[in-house]
Amino acid sequence: MNKLNFKSGRELLEKCTEKGISIAEACILREMELYGRSREEIIADMDKSYRIMRNAIERGVTEDLVSMGGLIGGEAKKLKMRRESTPPVCGSIVSKAMGAAMGVMEVNASMGLIVAAPTAGSCGILPGALITAADEFGKSDEEIVKALFSAAAIGVIITRNATVSGAEGGCQAETGAAAGMAAAGIVELMGGTPLQALDSAAICLKNIMGLICDPIAGLVEAPCQKRNAIGVANALISSELVLAGIGSIVPFDEVVQSMYEVGKRMPMELRETALGGVASSPTGCTLCSRIFK
Amino acid sequence: MKNYSVFDVIGPRMIGPSSSHTAGAARIALAARKVAHEKIKSVKFYLHGSFAQTYKGHGTDKALVGGFMGFATDDERIRNSFEIARENGLEFEFIPTNLGEERHPNTVKVVMTKYDGSTIEVIGESIGGGNIKIVGINGLDLEFTGAFSTLIVKQWDKPGAAAHITNCVAKNNINIAFMRIYREEKGENAYTIIEVDNGISDEVVKDIKLETSIIQDAFIIRL
Repeated sequence: MNKLNFKSGRELLEKCTEKGISIAEACILREMELYGRSREEIIADMDKSYRIMRNAIERGVTEDLVSMGGLIGGEAKKLKMRRESTPPVCGSIVSKAMGAAMGVMEVNASMGLIVAAPTAGSCGILPGALITAADEFGKSDEEIVKALFSAAAIGVIITRNATVSGAEGGCQAETGAAAGMAAAGIVELMGGTPLQALDSAAICLKNIMGLICDPIAGLVEAPCQKRNAIGVANALISSELVLAGIGSIVPFDEVVQSMYEVGKRMPMELRETALGGVASSPTGCTLCSRIFK
Repeated sequence: MKNYSVFDVIGPRMIGPSSSHTAGAARIALAARKVAHEKIKSVKFYLHGSFAQTYKGHGTDKALVGGFMGFATDDERIRNSFEIARENGLEFEFIPTNLGEERHPNTVKVVMTKYDGSTIEVIGESIGGGNIKIVGINGLDLEFTGAFSTLIVKQWDKPGAAAHITNCVAKNNINIAFMRIYREEKGENAYTIIEVDNGISDEVVKDIKLETSIIQDAFIIRL
């Protein structure tokens, strides 16, 4: 019997409270039990992914990347250039974090190496938000890798009880899950409680409830890259809210269920088929014909 | 309801842009190549559904050839897989097609031609997050995911086949996670597919193949 497994936010919270541990720790213990791997192995494995995330962020601001469909490329550099000469309207950390996220999406869209977290379409959010916030507050690599386990715990529950696939649940599922994961990671990184971490993830999902998946030309470029930008902002504001003592009025498990139900009610045109939303706008259609002529 | 690993959620490490259309495609081709487990002269990729519509923009074509060359989902050589394949003398072709309405929107039929002219066909689905399902070998419907080490046995459908195979597996101290037998017709060809928790040694394959009156072939797939 797997005593360290958790199948919901409620079970996760119970285990954390019972043992006086963080979500990250509960997650590591669960992984050890379920997969028979040592703590060192598991952490080393996650560290590999962390290095790839860092590398992708770096490439976004140093290289001239162009996506395969030609719709995105150069956004991370643009944000950096402006940030270096003018105080950003949205503040420095948001500019840096969204620049990082958008850069990772540029790497992804140009067939570069990334880590799906939980998907390739949302791969910028977790590194963008978590790593930028961590750097801003002088956290160590070990602390960041640990926070990735806080994030993973949220992702595991959402994947199990709902979905993280745009085709099934829309963009709210992919970038919502990623933002929730990032928020939980930030909260624990900054010393928040397991309940606060779960609340921050719940708030992330609530904030974009109903968001559709409408990729232009069916590619993971636009509006996906900018949805990663809002995903980062979502994670940062949600973690700040809970750290200020503002909880989620609806608990995490119920919000996940709501997101799942909303996704199921979405017509297929709005679930990664490129038949609705901006994908079927006049410009979206023109771009699609151009790319796939 | 599955117990996901943290590495299912933060992962796979992959060449972008799409876990289903790039990473998943690479894994299907890798699985197909391993099912063939012989030198292949040329390969035709019949693309269905979303794969057919978006394969160039998602690098599905490069990923398929890369996976076929043995590259893992995070191997940067995927981007240059066409050149590498040509250097290695592999002929390849992409054919958008309709494999039928019931097929998953991300399905590819991989038709491999060996040097003796015979062909092997493998059908695979990319179901999301880089995960795949192989759903057909040479026209026979079956299923395995490649998430586990998978033992594939081709046998004649005769009494004693299953017992012989499981005996060999048990003798080598292996715990079976999933096991199914698929047969074309009673008394004809059949496949036994065994997915195991931990590794399978080549010893098991050797043991299984000793019973030549029942067993045609046996091999292990690790993706």
